[in-house]
Amino acid sequence: MAQLKRIAGVNQPDAVLDRREAVPALIERPQDWLVAAGLAGTAQELCAMTDDGPNVFGLGGAMGAAPMMALGLALAQPQRRVLGITGDGELLMNIGALGTIALVAPVNLKIVCVDNGHYGETGNQDSHTGLGVQLDRIAAGFGFPVVHVINTLADIDEGRRILAAPGLAFILLRVKEGPALRKKRSLRPHVVRDRFRAALLGM
Amino acid sequence: MYDQLRAQGVTQVAYVPDAGHRVMIDRSLADPDVHSIPLTTEEEGVALLAGADLGSARGVLLMQSSGVGNCINMLSLTAGARFPLLMLVSMRGDFGEGNPWQFPMGRATQTVLEAMGVVVLRADAAQDVMPTIQAACTMVWGSGEAVAVLLGQRLLGAKAF
Repeated sequence: MAQLKRIAGVNQPDAVLDRREAVPALIERPQDWLVAAGLAGTAQELCAMTDDGPNVFGLGGAMGAAPMMALGLALAQPQRRVLGITGDGELLMNIGALGTIALVAPVNLKIVCVDNGHYGETGNQDSHTGLGVQLDRIAAGFGFPVVHVINTLADIDEGRRILAAPGLAFILLRVKEGPALRKKRSLRPHVVRDRFRAALLGM
Repeated sequence: MYDQLRAQGVTQVAYVPDAGHRVMIDRSLADPDVHSIPLTTEEEGVALLAGADLGSARGVLLMQSSGVGNCINMLSLTAGARFPLLMLVSMRGDFGEGNPWQFPMGRATQTVLEAMGVVVLRADAAQDVMPTIQAACTMVWGSGEAVAVLLGQRLLGAKAF
């Protein structure tokens, strides 16, 4: 049987964090952000963390959209803090978006990638990152001014500090495979759009 | 066209460059009140303008017809959430095209846009451009539709290759 091999020469610690604990530990007050959350784990957990809150636009399709949605939102709402949060699979699908975001560099935007190294929704196949592709180095190469990797609980404090400070940043949160926090959420995108706008804009 | 879009409140101009959009791109780069956003692939712009709409900003997405093919799945975001979207598409593989590589996507451009629920308008003569853009703006921001305006090669001139 054909086997995918890890990319030679990449030394990364094994992921140890459980995303169900690590994501809420990093994003302490999700209700304070305007959020675009990617297909599918991060959308599930941000919706669960906010009780399907109107400040979260969680994707159920259109894979690859979340970081760029967050950019458009950050430019439209410069007084608000905007979070684009997504998984490794979604980020890889539209990786050039990191270059576009780094070029525009709104100070009110943070990108967080919850990297479990797998395609969790489709049978847990290894993703590129699970085989050694390093998204933090890609973000740095694209020109993100601040890049931080969270491997253990000890790295989370610095992540929180970066999220609280102004300026564009990329945070790679490396987690084990396993389920995301999950509650029932609306999967009707026009409902999610309308309630997001109603809560933010009153329209 | 640029002034017309600015008068409509457009503040985000996103694009993968094409010769047909050169002036629009240059105007946006020179405009301190506009975010001029170069993309690595056109589908980024579909998602960008969805996010802009969540924050009540208006934008326009400029691309060559070959880029329409790069947008197809991302347009499910636009259709599903009923985001308004204005795309200006400079055509290749159209009237007088001399590069055979451009024909497959050029021929398919209108079909795939319509298959994803995008209303397609076309301008092939200079006097059609302003009224077509005006109509598109009304359909997008008045009615919340996704509209692509195809700027034909009869209008832009076929690029020598």
